[in-house]
Amino acid sequence: MGLDFTVVPGYFGILLMGMGWTISITVCAGLLSFFGGIIFAVIALYGHWTLRLPVRGFAFLFMGTPLLLQLFLIYFGLIQIGIDLPAFVAGVIGLGLHFAVYNSELIQASILAVDKGQYEGARTLGLSRGQTLRRIVIPQAVRAVIPPMGNNMIALLKDSALVSVIGVMELTLAAQQAISRTYRPFEFYLAAAFCYYIINLALEAGLRRLERRIAASR
Amino acid sequence: MTDQAFVTIKNAAKSFGKLEVLRDINLTVERGQIVAIIGPSGSGKSTLLRAINELDPLTSGEVWLEGVQINKKLPHRQYEAHVNQVRQDIGMVFQHFNLFPHLTVRGNITLAPTMLKGLSDADANALAEEQLAKVGLSEKIDEYPSRLSGGQKQRVAIARALAMKPKVMLFDEATSALDPELVDEVNLVMKQLAEEHMTMIIVTHEMDFAASVCDRVLFMDQGVVVEEGPPSVIFEKPEHERTRNFLRKHLSR
Repeated sequence: MGLDFTVVPGYFGILLMGMGWTISITVCAGLLSFFGGIIFAVIALYGHWTLRLPVRGFAFLFMGTPLLLQLFLIYFGLIQIGIDLPAFVAGVIGLGLHFAVYNSELIQASILAVDKGQYEGARTLGLSRGQTLRRIVIPQAVRAVIPPMGNNMIALLKDSALVSVIGVMELTLAAQQAISRTYRPFEFYLAAAFCYYIINLALEAGLRRLERRIAASR
Repeated sequence: MTDQAFVTIKNAAKSFGKLEVLRDINLTVERGQIVAIIGPSGSGKSTLLRAINELDPLTSGEVWLEGVQINKKLPHRQYEAHVNQVRQDIGMVFQHFNLFPHLTVRGNITLAPTMLKGLSDADANALAEEQLAKVGLSEKIDEYPSRLSGGQKQRVAIARALAMKPKVMLFDEATSALDPELVDEVNLVMKQLAEEHMTMIIVTHEMDFAASVCDRVLFMDQGVVVEEGPPSVIFEKPEHERTRNFLRKHLSR
């Protein structure tokens, strides 16, 4: 049987819905990974050891084990201790925390790279350590880290396909649904790949715009 | 407090391990006085200046501003609160400007007054406009620092410090990082402050400026004040050989 792409348009609806869920998951997990990354970085650098040690252990766990396993743990494992999360929420938490750990590494390095003169400039005006960190150091560190963090966001988008295994009807699972009805894996996987590519283009364009906008303020 | 001086430094000493960078320094500055600190690099003049606002705390000795001891020994939390409070009264201008690159000129100037003095946005804006007009940069209010020349950056840094209405201004080689043609615009602003009787302590390598603006000059070498006096004395008939040597090198530049 040859390739027949004419079956694809009939399933536009389901693919579009899959795209919607993929985008939602990526945006939610992306935001979680961004703010989580900042919080982890600050704790790792300045936190009391009672916070720092758990966060470090947690980071080690999330960097050293497969994301797939983490998703299983959060979705299926937590039920055993009475935490029954909807699949979408479990997926966002898993992806978000996983990438928060990677973002945290970037932000830590970036915080340490902020010029000592910035601290001195702020402290001499009378700002406290915390105010200096919040208003001067972190905004600068985050600006510097946007290009490499953008790469993490693109990785996050692609890894969002993994949440199909816990039943979130995102793009990959949507394609599988279409395949199970049409027996046309090549056509639909290719269609899904094309959809990922489109989202990726949009994401990259967005990141480039963001980089241009902050160029003057670095 | 025994005397009426505005800024008082008593028996100041500082060491890093065995290295003594400041030894038994005493200095009083009256309100409205302008004092220059000159000396070779490594003489401790910047360290002394940075001790005044606790950026580089002294090992021993006292620093007072208008009857308040700056370097009080306090438990950590109280010390931090105290230092944050007194620093609001001490403006400082750095060699490398230290403007905040992620904020516009307006943001740089309004940040501390809004955060620390609770100024409304409107009041802070008016303040920023007023201070910028003073340093002649009104049209740059919405620019980011990356778009300014070195001289403009330093003038914004001065405006930022002045916006806190400090009692005293510290200048740490404010023109040393500038291209020669940009030095004058900064010196001009400093002269203007002098005319307004701002109390200033200025670490500088510019002898002409020190001679023309300052009431008193301190010559430091190897962590001690070798001699001090009015510029006419220090620059024209210095007592010490070390001072003469230093000035010979610097005046014949």
